[in-house]
Amino acid sequence: MEQHVLLQMTDITKTFPGVKALDKVSLTVHRGTVHALMGENGAGKSTLMKCLFGIYSKDSGTILLEGKEVNFKNSRDALDNGVAMVHQELNQALKRSVMDNIWLGRYPTVGGIVNERKMYKDTMAVFQELGINVDPHRIMSTMPVSQRQMVEIAKAVSYNSKVIVFDEPTSSLNEEEVEHLFRIIHMLRDRGVGIIYISHKMAEIKRISDEITIMRDGQWIATRPAAELEVNDIIRLMVGRELTNQFPPKTNKPGDVYLKVEHLTGMYNQLKDVSFEARRGEILGLAGLDSSGRTETLESIFGVQTRKEGLITLSGKRCLNRNARESIRNGFALLTEERRATGIFSILNIRENTVISSLKKHRKAGIYLSEGSMRADTQWSIDAMRTKTPTQDTKIRSLSGGNQQKVILGRWLLTDPEVLLLDEPTRGIDVGAKYEIYQLILDLANQGKTVLMVSSEMPELLGVCDRILVMSGGRLAGEVDARTTTQEEIMHLAAKYV
Amino acid sequence: MTNPVTSIQRTVADYKTKDAKDKRRFWVDGLLNNALYILMAIFIVYTAIVNENFLKLGSIANIISQVAAYLPLALGIGGCIVLTGTDLSAGRVVGLSAAVSAALLQNADSARRLLSGFPALPAWQGILLAIAAVILVGGIIGFVNGFFVAKFKLHPFIVTLATQLINYGLILMFFTLNGNNGQPLSGLSSGYTNFVTGKMISINKTTSLPWYVLYAVIFTVIMWFIWNKTTFGKNMFAVGSNAEAANVSGVNVFKTTVMVHTLAGIMYGLAGFLEGPRVGSVTQGTGLNYECDAIAACVIGGVSFVGGTGKISGIVLGVFILRIIFVALTMLGISPDLQYLIKGGIILVACALDMRKYLVKK
Repeated sequence: MEQHVLLQMTDITKTFPGVKALDKVSLTVHRGTVHALMGENGAGKSTLMKCLFGIYSKDSGTILLEGKEVNFKNSRDALDNGVAMVHQELNQALKRSVMDNIWLGRYPTVGGIVNERKMYKDTMAVFQELGINVDPHRIMSTMPVSQRQMVEIAKAVSYNSKVIVFDEPTSSLNEEEVEHLFRIIHMLRDRGVGIIYISHKMAEIKRISDEITIMRDGQWIATRPAAELEVNDIIRLMVGRELTNQFPPKTNKPGDVYLKVEHLTGMYNQLKDVSFEARRGEILGLAGLDSSGRTETLESIFGVQTRKEGLITLSGKRCLNRNARESIRNGFALLTEERRATGIFSILNIRENTVISSLKKHRKAGIYLSEGSMRADTQWSIDAMRTKTPTQDTKIRSLSGGNQQKVILGRWLLTDPEVLLLDEPTRGIDVGAKYEIYQLILDLANQGKTVLMVSSEMPELLGVCDRILVMSGGRLAGEVDARTTTQEEIMHLAAKYV
Repeated sequence: MTNPVTSIQRTVADYKTKDAKDKRRFWVDGLLNNALYILMAIFIVYTAIVNENFLKLGSIANIISQVAAYLPLALGIGGCIVLTGTDLSAGRVVGLSAAVSAALLQNADSARRLLSGFPALPAWQGILLAIAAVILVGGIIGFVNGFFVAKFKLHPFIVTLATQLINYGLILMFFTLNGNNGQPLSGLSSGYTNFVTGKMISINKTTSLPWYVLYAVIFTVIMWFIWNKTTFGKNMFAVGSNAEAANVSGVNVFKTTVMVHTLAGIMYGLAGFLEGPRVGSVTQGTGLNYECDAIAACVIGGVSFVGGTGKISGIVLGVFILRIIFVALTMLGISPDLQYLIKGGIILVACALDMRKYLVKK
């Protein structure tokens, strides 16, 4: 290919405390091409883009734009230099009009007064060029996501961008809208814009991209012309990693069917007709891409997200689980995905964090709480989880992520649960602590508890679970046996309904 | 509880391992975190030198009585602040309940009796009825506050701003009952006055402590118990610290929020019960802006707007600090105009110092 190199990122490295998020990753985008960037969740795609846009500062490596080295301070700086991004989650001023959003931060003014007429004219010019049919005066929040995305693209074009990054642009579009998007992308490409296209959808990638770069575990794996790669090759390159001895031996023996979930459908979320059963002593994994409905499944069972339909039974006994309190009484426990946001009480101490879900047990004479029994339970939790903390009176925020997670697990075990719903139980935890959490999960299964575990790390699901349910687009795409399945099979299922 | 001796030993051992820069930060941090108490100590010593009456028994008894009067309000508002909220209606609830209890306990032969048709009850029945009435009035208003906050997720600032106005309207209407035409409620029955302001302990010939000091102590003990020893108390701190996590952990966030506000309302009601006899008569203006001092006292005492943190002992300390400052400023002969300036400055400094403890250092 004798095309012009537009953007060249070389040997980009970025470390966070304890993790190497990017390890000498390189990416070259040519003028007038669509370059797909692929990888599993957490492979480092977003981190790479954040380094490009100066949201993270890279540790080492160089970024050349048209041969000149650039180090953008922030996305605005990048935008001014012709590098734009159309985000997956649109950051827009929703209460303002379309044209206000496009010219935000650079309103054309005459003597300090904003020139609305020029704004309108310029907006219309860009829209006509792109074939977008939207009234520039319309308020953003009144428009569907697809049109808001078009506005975002128009904004990128209005900056005369040379490089435009599309992050999962089709996730909320219907087929017709996707076609329109692709027409626009083709038009931009023909005008010489370099496009970086991030997506999980294989068919789309094959269709639109000229080149594909695949990342895995923060490393560059391959860059090939799209024509040379089949879907299976892409998947193999994305997941191809060895399973080493990072999991404790599987000792649990699943027993009788205990939990049954039938036709679980969300009222305010994308969950649709999810049915499955789980046995006593079984660890059931939930796999899928981001926003495939895994978290929603757990939270709907637990009653913190509203169900439209759905029957939950334990050994044939119906559980209404209308809210967390009722679910806890029925023997459910939920370890939430976002530990900071919905798990810990950061300014309270270990003891308060441990006993909050089981306060009833400590009530004496109907009113007052026994300090002694709360201390005893907390100590039990610290010992059983092997939590490393100086005292029970230490504030939880001063513990490491792994130890915080152990405190929350301990909190739930003190409610005597039969079904544990664990949402990303090892997220943000270092490797050593992960092993301990796996061991705890296996111990629970050995005691006959039923464990449902959501994880974005496939090796973890394969190493710990008995069966794995794969979710896709809010639906159950399939069920696989953890011993015989492959990551490739799971990836295929995960892409089924996207 | 950790042993203070071992904790000091640990701190000393820690300190020895620090380098010069960290050692400096240790002192600066220590100084700033305790700045309020250090400043207070300096201030008290200075006032005592300038005006020797400041530390005499009479003055101290006066400070204690004032603290007792303002404490119930602060104890109530403290819970709202733990929930990251506030309560602007507090002062007006004091006013309304003071008016209600005064009207119930006016002398039978009083020239202007608001509830003229109402039979004059024997002392104890009357007092019990008045207490029940103020608990009801405060409780209902508190419940309304809590309900709107919890049900519609409105910010307590807005809700209590609204109920503050509604309360004032009710007060004005109450004062026009029976053609009263807004006249102050005075001529309170001697049983009522004695119950509240009668001598509890005589310290010397001229100095004594009134009964309401004891009541304030009882309220404090009850609130301490509720905050520290009950499920409701633990839940309150959990909701204040992280409402979302509390919900997932099985805490009834709605009920907890409503209860915190209701309890606060009851405390204002009780403060109102004590207010009439303490001041002598009740007007439409009674209780105006009391919430400002109460909020300031809570913040000075370490009940942070960050939420989920605060102690009853801190509130008591906060009320004490604020009262000592007010009394001292008067004793130093500082003009009232300047006093407001100083009060405002103290609140700003106290909040800034408090916030400093919760900021994540980068």
